Amino acid sequence: MSTVQITKSIDARGMACPGPLMNLIGAIRHGQVGDVFEVLSSDAGSKTDIPAWVAKAKHELVEVREEDGFARFIVRKAR
Amino acid sequence: MDEQESPLSLVLFSGTDDKLSAAAVLTVGAAVMGRPVNIFLQYYALRAFRAGKVHADHALAWEATDAVAPDIRAHPGQHWSELLKQAKEVGEVNIQACALSMDMFHLRPADLDPLVDGVEGVAAFMASASDGQVVFI
Repeated sequence: MSTVQITKSIDARGMACPGPLMNLIGAIRHGQVGDVFEVLSSDAGSKTDIPAWVAKAKHELVEVREEDGFARFIVRKAR
Repeated sequence: MDEQESPLSLVLFSGTDDKLSAAAVLTVGAAVMGRPVNIFLQYYALRAFRAGKVHADHALAWEATDAVAPDIRAHPGQHWSELLKQAKEVGEVNIQACALSMDMFHLRPADLDPLVDGVEGVAAFMASASDGQVVFI
């Protein structure tokens, strides 16, 4: 189990691509540096899009975990 | 995303909801990855951006046979206009109406949805596209 403290959890399960990514971007834009966001997504596109965007925007992908029918992404706002 | 990325320029010609949705998804993807997006609205795509018509039923491309159309209509994705609005919020997206198509359909800027930033000619669009890709949809 991860021990990071989650600042905000976003349950985007059931949303179509690119909804979960857009929700994450919105949350990060309104957050503080160091905040940790958790996104739950059942959209297959998120598996490539969230890591690609996090790398491009220079945030930190703390963890990606496959759950039953969805994936859990943990992202720290780095700047 | 500090370095300047090359722009993605989309010429939207088709006005069916499926093609507009595909174009809006490309726009969101480019915008979130830091690429400026220029959109040039021609012909039927321009008509879909008329004020009050954005949410009308713009039908589907001819490839959408009876076998696949229900899947497209049932998909829970967001409307293309909503995706474009989000792309504008997170990135640099400029939507211009083609001056020739405006003339053809007797449209004035006030006849267009607020998503449209202005009216321009093809040379101005190509100037914005500079050395980036131009995609015709």
